[in-house]
Amino acid sequence: MLEKALRGSKKYWTWLLALAVLIAIGFFFYLRQLYTGLGITGMSRDVTWGFYIAQFTFLVGVAASAVMLVLPYYLHDYKTFGKITVIGEFLAVSSVLMCMLFIIVDLGQPMRLLNVIFYPTPNSMLFWDMIVLNGYLFLNIVIGWNVLDAERNGVAPEKWIKPLIYISIPWAVSIHTVTAFLYCGLPGRGFWLTAILAPRFLASAFAAGPAFLILLAFIIRKFTSFDAGTKAIQALAKIVTYAVIANLFFFLCEVFVAAYSQIPEHTAHLEYLFFGLHGHGALVPWMWTSIALVVAAIILLVIPQARQNETTLGFACVFVFVGIWIDKGLGMISGGFVPNPLHEITEYVPTVPEILITIGVYAVGFLVLTVLYKVVTGVKEELAG
Amino acid sequence: MENSRRRFLKNAGFSVLGVGAGSMLIGLSAHTAKAAGPDGGQRPQFSMGDKAMEAERWGMVVDTRKLNDSLCRKMQEACHSIHNVPEPVGESARRDQIIKWIWPTEFKHAFPGQEVEFLAEDVAHRPIVVLCNHCDNPPCVQACPTKATFKRERDGIVMMDFHRCIGCRFCMAACPFGSRSFNFRDPRPDIEDENPDFPTRMRGVVEKCNFCAERLAVGKKPACVEASDGALTFGDLNDPDSDVRKLLAEQYAIRRKPNLGTFPSVFYIV
Amino acid sequence: MNDKNKIIAGLVIFFLAVLFPFWFNLIFGAADASTAPETELTDKAKKAETCIAETEDMRTEHMQILDQWRDTVVRDGQRTYVAEDGKEYEPSLSNTCMDCHSNKEKFCDRCHNYASVDPYCWDCHTYPEETE
Repeated sequence: MLEKALRGSKKYWTWLLALAVLIAIGFFFYLRQLYTGLGITGMSRDVTWGFYIAQFTFLVGVAASAVMLVLPYYLHDYKTFGKITVIGEFLAVSSVLMCMLFIIVDLGQPMRLLNVIFYPTPNSMLFWDMIVLNGYLFLNIVIGWNVLDAERNGVAPEKWIKPLIYISIPWAVSIHTVTAFLYCGLPGRGFWLTAILAPRFLASAFAAGPAFLILLAFIIRKFTSFDAGTKAIQALAKIVTYAVIANLFFFLCEVFVAAYSQIPEHTAHLEYLFFGLHGHGALVPWMWTSIALVVAAIILLVIPQARQNETTLGFACVFVFVGIWIDKGLGMISGGFVPNPLHEITEYVPTVPEILITIGVYAVGFLVLTVLYKVVTGVKEELAG
Repeated sequence: MENSRRRFLKNAGFSVLGVGAGSMLIGLSAHTAKAAGPDGGQRPQFSMGDKAMEAERWGMVVDTRKLNDSLCRKMQEACHSIHNVPEPVGESARRDQIIKWIWPTEFKHAFPGQEVEFLAEDVAHRPIVVLCNHCDNPPCVQACPTKATFKRERDGIVMMDFHRCIGCRFCMAACPFGSRSFNFRDPRPDIEDENPDFPTRMRGVVEKCNFCAERLAVGKKPACVEASDGALTFGDLNDPDSDVRKLLAEQYAIRRKPNLGTFPSVFYIV
Repeated sequence: MNDKNKIIAGLVIFFLAVLFPFWFNLIFGAADASTAPETELTDKAKKAETCIAETEDMRTEHMQILDQWRDTVVRDGQRTYVAEDGKEYEPSLSNTCMDCHSNKEKFCDRCHNYASVDPYCWDCHTYPEETE
């Protein structure tokens, strides 16, 4: 099937070439980081995880959201999603791939990565994260590829695929749960020390992921003859609506606990993010933009006319995606490090090389996504024609 | 045609796997046979050495009343110089990426959440040295995915194995005391007088105070304790007759963030 | 089979690529690769006659021994090593090995360069020429 990705229009090749250029730029700066050290990033002694780990956290959510297509189709026999489950699974594949790359670019000694396997340490959440991420990547590539192959040949998928599909459903939940456990089990980091972090991560994932899928469906429809179908898109839109509201609700629960209890370790971080602390407030405008986007998206999504109109739905999806990206990709990680355990303030701002490396990793993800989607749409067009 | 090609590829694949796995097993068995040591003769052995100071759980008591700026500088200098801790100078140096094993701070930073209102001016602003607490229940050890940081069961010291650290900085997120530093760059150019008896670090690994494990092994107390003019007391917390235990029995001492359940081994007399 | 030529050309390129290290060395590296380098001993090392184990074992096993040393010192805190002949040593690369073999360039590097291995010991541990 891969041969479908080798024949494409000029636009297709231009897009791939553009991504390749971004990858090359990112790779060049990564080599610099490798030789001189992580000192070229904006990270510091106090803010030890920055942009890379934040993108990782956000993308784990995008990856997990494939389950929002798989679950209704396979557990509830919701046929509308049958056509597009593979779209979700391949999005998961490219997202998990980006997650792994973000972990690798964040390591101080990437050459020793395999130490995690040579000296397995089950009490470290990072060990489990490695297992669940690799497992999820494997599940989605195997399931997606086989189901698509069967569809192309007009036969039912192989029997052994079914159990894998059922496993992939709780597995999707596990990847984001373990990712939340990386943070929420750490003593002395009041911002993350909350049992609701994993549910909140999942809610934001099930909002941002499907919102991105809707946007991807629009794009695919524009460039190929494959249409996900209005019904499927509208069903996804409802999922986004519920999830984004749940996410806001969880966030407000956090705000209540911190603000009403007034325990300084918990309020300090929120105060830093939304109002600034002792004159430091680099993220304040971003966080309020995030809130505004999410609220605007909720308003658009709960009004049936706006949700059913594809233009406004498109805007709502962009708002959800960007709003949650700011929340998880900017605020969530560095917010937990400011103030530091000694209640001192060191702010974090990513540097240019750091941003270029990040863009490079995203370009790898989009390259894989484009190739996989080219295969999917090629097969679908072949079947339709 | 289709079928035979598929079969050929399958067979070829399995053959390659078989040959690869086989040669790996042979290599491994040969390796373990050699590592068992040359045959005959007494096996080489390791021991602690005669001069080593040993304890069940090393601990420290800091008498903050005896601390002042120059003494703190002296202790930091003693520690950082023998452990080859880099001191970046010049305008391009990133102060926020600095490495510290022991350093002075104020009461409100050493004990956030334990601030005492209307604290005597002298206490509020006297320098208080902070370092790795060598917790009895260390969260950094729990977080490390490679056991590069570990607690020595022998004497409770929380150690770093720089050879194994992958630089994920999970331990730094886990440490509630900010005691860990990361080598954001090659430290060597920033070390003025390298101590040849102690290794430097390389970029990309985490480091922190090691309670001078290398000095204890040859019967010397930690460098900061020696330089402290009696402000720091070092000894075995599990030995009721040790200096630290005697001091703790006489004086009221506090620890940093006791509510987190990490059980620091460094105590402070305020 | 109309693609015979293409397949043959492909195979040739494939084998050329796979066998790169062999033909490259045959053509360009022959002079260097044929003779293994000799290590030089310092006077101190010559006088001591034996290392912590037989020369033959040291040649093949020094990396495992060093690996064991570093794990035992760093992780178990045991800083005395009793060799097979009963002699005691401090298991330390910089302080013990390099004390005798103070000529890193002529002792360590010659072989390491020849074998194209690049141990990262010296990123952290010092050697005499460097500290002088």
